Amino acid sequence: MRDVSIIGVGQTPVGEHWAHSLRDLGVEATRAALADAGLERPDALFVGNMVSGLLCQQENLATLLADFSGFPGIEALKIEAACASGAAAVRVAQLAVASGAHDLVVAVGIEKMTDLAIDGVTSALATAADADYEAAHGVTFTALNALLMRLYMERYGYTRADFAPFVITAHENAVTNPYAMFRETVTPEDFLNSPMVAEPISILDSSPVCDGAAAVVLCPSDRARSFTEQPVKILASATATDTIGLAPRKDLLWFGAAYESAHRAYRQTGLRPEEVDFFELHDAFTIVSALSLEAACFAERGQGVRFAQECHIHRNGKLPICTQGGLKARGHPVGASGAYQIVEAVNQLRGHGGPNQVANCRVGMAQSIGGMASVAVTHILGV
Amino acid sequence: MELPRYHRLRSTFYRLQASRCAACQATYFPPRPYCLHCGSRNLEELRLSGRGRVLSLTRVYQPSRGFSDGVGTLTALIELPEGLRLIAQLTDVEPAEVETGQEVEMVVRRLRTDEEQGLIVYGYKFRPVVGARAAEGANSA
Repeated sequence: MRDVSIIGVGQTPVGEHWAHSLRDLGVEATRAALADAGLERPDALFVGNMVSGLLCQQENLATLLADFSGFPGIEALKIEAACASGAAAVRVAQLAVASGAHDLVVAVGIEKMTDLAIDGVTSALATAADADYEAAHGVTFTALNALLMRLYMERYGYTRADFAPFVITAHENAVTNPYAMFRETVTPEDFLNSPMVAEPISILDSSPVCDGAAAVVLCPSDRARSFTEQPVKILASATATDTIGLAPRKDLLWFGAAYESAHRAYRQTGLRPEEVDFFELHDAFTIVSALSLEAACFAERGQGVRFAQECHIHRNGKLPICTQGGLKARGHPVGASGAYQIVEAVNQLRGHGGPNQVANCRVGMAQSIGGMASVAVTHILGV
Repeated sequence: MELPRYHRLRSTFYRLQASRCAACQATYFPPRPYCLHCGSRNLEELRLSGRGRVLSLTRVYQPSRGFSDGVGTLTALIELPEGLRLIAQLTDVEPAEVETGQEVEMVVRRLRTDEEQGLIVYGYKFRPVVGARAAEGANSA
């Protein structure tokens, strides 16, 4: 297998893009990443997307984006792994280049969510759960996470207020990210007074419904410097799965897929968690942030919330997370989020983090989670 | 409305049919074709008692399409005496009246009504076990 590097990145702002369609956003991010790499045309395009069929009545999405990006004819496939679709597309692109099948590959993550009313979006997102034994019973994604958050609070003795640092930090970081959806701070009082979506999860525990696309260009590492002076190596790329349903899991408060994919990634690099300089984690809900920190072995079990309370997650902390606002405040266009994480990690490692630059970083980790933590994709990047 | 789909699901939705591995006795809900524990594909039908206990619950304010009359209703993670868990809606209860640990029993209720054709999907929900039925459950346990 060949070593693979990222040679270009591109992203659209995340938000409610009333004036821009699915194809507009996908083409913009794809062309931006290609321009960053100084390229006109890739050999292949992998599109990470979760629910364009339900939200935009458009499948065959990779063909559409290859066509409208200006290169019909190339190999183009849609990759779906629920909310981890964007990261899964990067994983497939990495495999395509590592295997020698292709040299220049674009992975773009995209989602256009705001064309539908909220009940339609809620139903579409619930398709990542077990359709027959969760969604058909009216179980929403927020409800699944709420069941878990309540269990976690009762097991480890936390209150809702204890989860506030995740949200406050994400919003602080988003203020200085020009691509972020919520460029405003929130206070502990805002968090406590936020209306409930599914108790104990409030609106401010949750990432927003929004639109966006982000893309990266990959090539063999030995060719990377002919395209850019600042290539970023993909040191590890690993996916793992767990049971599709939450209820059958032996250990409800353990993200097995996240643990497995993180540890496969650690093994691929020989790195230990303490050698990771920052972590773009999947903060779809505050409870997911806590359990992700535990699954990737940055915090002991039950200590994910404590880890945030002790200020380790700030830009200057022991392990900065969500450095450009995360899913919470940059926004969570579901199938795109995994690709945004990779774009943001590349920017950090290139020293392009702007006001949010993590000082002296050389190794960054991104983990995207799909379903009720039933699939996880982890990448470790380095310079 | 996906009629064949709900027809296929009638044994689990109306009777809580689970499966048990004939080789190692591991039990599963929903039923599975292969045993996760020993790999056997010799799984037999197992009818669950329909009793359970609330392990976690949430009051839902933003329901899925087709469940709009479910605003403010309770979704619960339920532990079954057979060593299984499932997630279902609670019914016949005021949200303020239920806590984790509540003993519940399965009933068949309307899950949702198809918006276009008016067809009704029925399936399991759980309600609190109260009064004589609670005492009966306690005696048998």
